[in-house]
Amino acid sequence: MTTPSHRLSARPLAIYPAAMLLVFFLIPFGIMVVVSFFHRVEGAFFEPAFEFANYARFLSPFFGKILATSIGLSAAAAVIGVVVAFPFTYFLTTMPRRQQTVILVFLLSVLSLSEVIIGFAWSTLLSRTAGVSNLLVWIGILDGPQAYTPSLTALLLGLCYLGFPYAVLVIYPALSRLDPELPEAARMSGASPVAAFFNVIIPVMRNTIVGTLILVFVFTLGAYLLPQVLGRPQHWTLSVHITDQAIFQSNLPFSAAMAVFLLLVSLALVGITMLLSQPKGQRS
Amino acid sequence: MTSVRIENLSKTFGEVRAVDGIDLDIPDGKFVCLLGPSGCGKTTLLRLIAGLEAESGGRILVDGQDQAGIPAHKRDFGMVFQSLALFPHLSVAENIAYPLKIRGTGAEERRKRATELLDLVQLPHIEDRAISQLSGGQRQRVAIARGLAIDPKLFLLDEPLSALDAKLREHMQIELRQLQQKLQVTTIVVTHDQREAMTMADIVIVMDRGKVQQAGPPIDIYRRPANSFVADFIGTTNLIPCTVKDGRSIDVLGHEVTLGEEDVINPDVNGSAILSVRPEDVAVTERAGDHTVPGEVAFIRDLGANVEISVRARDLEIRSVCTPKRRPDVAVGQTVGLEFHTGRCTVMAS
Repeated sequence: MTTPSHRLSARPLAIYPAAMLLVFFLIPFGIMVVVSFFHRVEGAFFEPAFEFANYARFLSPFFGKILATSIGLSAAAAVIGVVVAFPFTYFLTTMPRRQQTVILVFLLSVLSLSEVIIGFAWSTLLSRTAGVSNLLVWIGILDGPQAYTPSLTALLLGLCYLGFPYAVLVIYPALSRLDPELPEAARMSGASPVAAFFNVIIPVMRNTIVGTLILVFVFTLGAYLLPQVLGRPQHWTLSVHITDQAIFQSNLPFSAAMAVFLLLVSLALVGITMLLSQPKGQRS
Repeated sequence: MTSVRIENLSKTFGEVRAVDGIDLDIPDGKFVCLLGPSGCGKTTLLRLIAGLEAESGGRILVDGQDQAGIPAHKRDFGMVFQSLALFPHLSVAENIAYPLKIRGTGAEERRKRATELLDLVQLPHIEDRAISQLSGGQRQRVAIARGLAIDPKLFLLDEPLSALDAKLREHMQIELRQLQQKLQVTTIVVTHDQREAMTMADIVIVMDRGKVQQAGPPIDIYRRPANSFVADFIGTTNLIPCTVKDGRSIDVLGHEVTLGEEDVINPDVNGSAILSVRPEDVAVTERAGDHTVPGEVAFIRDLGANVEISVRARDLEIRSVCTPKRRPDVAVGQTVGLEFHTGRCTVMAS
């Protein structure tokens, strides 16, 4: 009997992730694409068909505005999140090792909170009856308690809170591997610490920054609870409407069409961002 | 035209005294090497001079001006880092001209200066290359060019050649020395390689445990080491316990040796001491005589260019190096005599 070679035994291992991808991603995605062309039966579910009605319905000013709101909100959350997370992580990497670990563990524990808990926690914190405004009244800054939610600011705050730990965890390994002599070389060249940060650290970290922007953007694009808990109806994103159509209106074909649309738009945006952010040398 | 004066400088990291009360005078236009084993405080001393670390005590005066409170970016020094720290997102010319850009020099002037500096470090016509396209030696030169871009008051280098292979390193040592002589810029280099220090320096400063052990021209340090640490660290040496008797007579391994006029007995020596004699100053004679120390040949290593003979005398191994022509007719196990060239011995406190 011949024993199987190493190459043969490596095959099943390579097939495993491919199979997982097929079963848990490609097949459900295929079903969704197929359903998006089906015909909805009023009062029932849906029946097989091939029609573009669901996509046609989407191409209206109403849903166009919702798409724009979704993208605008996620883009804003991504930019604010990275602008806050990057300097935060930079100072984190300059701290002693032990303190870094404590802060990273704390951030990881924030990741264990679900969107639901984060949403309701913030809505309580920003409410009139039990929120931070009561503290401000007690200190004497405000005359009476105020409600800060629902509002655009509250929603953005929630989205940034959601994306922030992910941003830090993506930036941290890259920044801690950064040669500490690079900013020092800038300083010896005559650059103030602030100039060294903008002239050297940010350009060197460019790929990481773009990657983090994309990650937080895509991640917050999928948030469907925060807009309902912290935002007003006009801030409801496409994800909220997809959930609404699928669960409450039982219109799976239309929600599938919207999901496909959202996927294509975010893919296009990620592609454009990656193209634009390529260094000069590689683009030419 | 820059001289540096360091007064009672110290730097502590928690409990560790990295730099421990150093006094130094570095005259204008000299090439100085800070030499010592790792952890001796040489890099910390350089970083203190650069302004990248704040001193815990003492003063650094550059041209008489106290540097305390002057941040690193306002000192107008040039520095080459151990990792070179070239900016990967900038071209060669942009890297070299970065110190000029920060100071507001125009684009045309910057380009001209970058070309000039690339000629100086013998790397013409690579202005527009990316750093990732350069070899190790080329990166080295670009880092040197960037350090010299503003005609710095002081040129500081932290183990600048450590990333290069041995052959290129020897070549760059000579080149760096010639460059410094041409520009006459006061230069301080940190190194742990005593050959490198001997090749380049006007003044070698040997450091250990945060203190200066000896400072002076390389050949003086080689010939007249101040203590056994310096003698052992600079080149190879035989350190033999001895007892100083009256005048210039010492007792070595039970035999009396009379030192000549040229030999050095350090002033702090009193009674039992250590005799330092370089292997090239130890001669092996075929027969033990009255004026020689007896021993037994333990090992002979013929390296072609020279012959190394290890002789066991009591419980010590004493090494002798000679040219093949002068090789004595001895074999392993034979009893021989050891003769120390007077004029090349140093007696130091134990």
